[in-house]
Amino acid sequence: MTQKIHKLSPNDWIKLHADYLFNYTISRVNNHEVAKDLVQETFFAGLKAKDNFQGKASERTWLISILKRKIIDHYRKINSAKAKAEVKMNFYSDGEREGEWIEERVPSSWVNNIEKSIENEELSVALEKCIGNLPKKYAMVFRMKTIQDFGTEEICKELNITSSNLWVIIHRARTQLRKCMEVNWFNN
Amino acid sequence: MKLTCDEATTICDKSQYGEASLWDKIKLNIHIFLCKNCGTYSKQNVVMTKCFNKHKEVIKKEERCLGDEEKKTMEQEVLEKL
Repeated sequence: MTQKIHKLSPNDWIKLHADYLFNYTISRVNNHEVAKDLVQETFFAGLKAKDNFQGKASERTWLISILKRKIIDHYRKINSAKAKAEVKMNFYSDGEREGEWIEERVPSSWVNNIEKSIENEELSVALEKCIGNLPKKYAMVFRMKTIQDFGTEEICKELNITSSNLWVIIHRARTQLRKCMEVNWFNN
Repeated sequence: MKLTCDEATTICDKSQYGEASLWDKIKLNIHIFLCKNCGTYSKQNVVMTKCFNKHKEVIKKEERCLGDEEKKTMEQEVLEKL
């Protein structure tokens, strides 16, 4: 059996792949404009590299591999020193009390009726606002893991982080979201 | 054997995704028995997961695709570079 050799047809890229690539991207970056730009950059990079295409993988697989690199670059950019400084700490990170709750971050009990609060349609809006307050890197990992249901291994591989990195990020994101929802939703 | 609150709540988070080991869960439960703050966190964490699931339903319903105009512009720009 001879292996099928795939060919590129850039004239049809938008028609055939734009929606698929956009969906792939938006579920990771959750921003329409950013996703659109990444898809467009992917097509441009694809055009530039089209002579290197060997036809072993399908056109779409090849474009996705370019897009993946674009997403990692985007992740690196938002993972800058500035983004790191925005993280609110919930626990003492050194000293005698290392690992203990910082007083003002201690969970307090919620006064609102929890069942009712969850059924409220505004919940999603409030939550989205809180996720928007997270450092971008945290928001991205949190969304992939919690909203898009990606597996731990998949996220680690895609973003080139270790699983303990991932859990630190998820943990900090969740404690911060808990605090944000406590102030703006459950005790408001 | 003894966990800090930071470690305990991390395990608690993992267990929300079904990814905490049995041994971790045992250590977590001992910690929660002794630590009121982490007990509160743990209870509220289950509620947070419910919130996230609600939010997930809303997001999944949203149309998330490129508009026709956007695609047309993109096509033009790609064809220009061809």
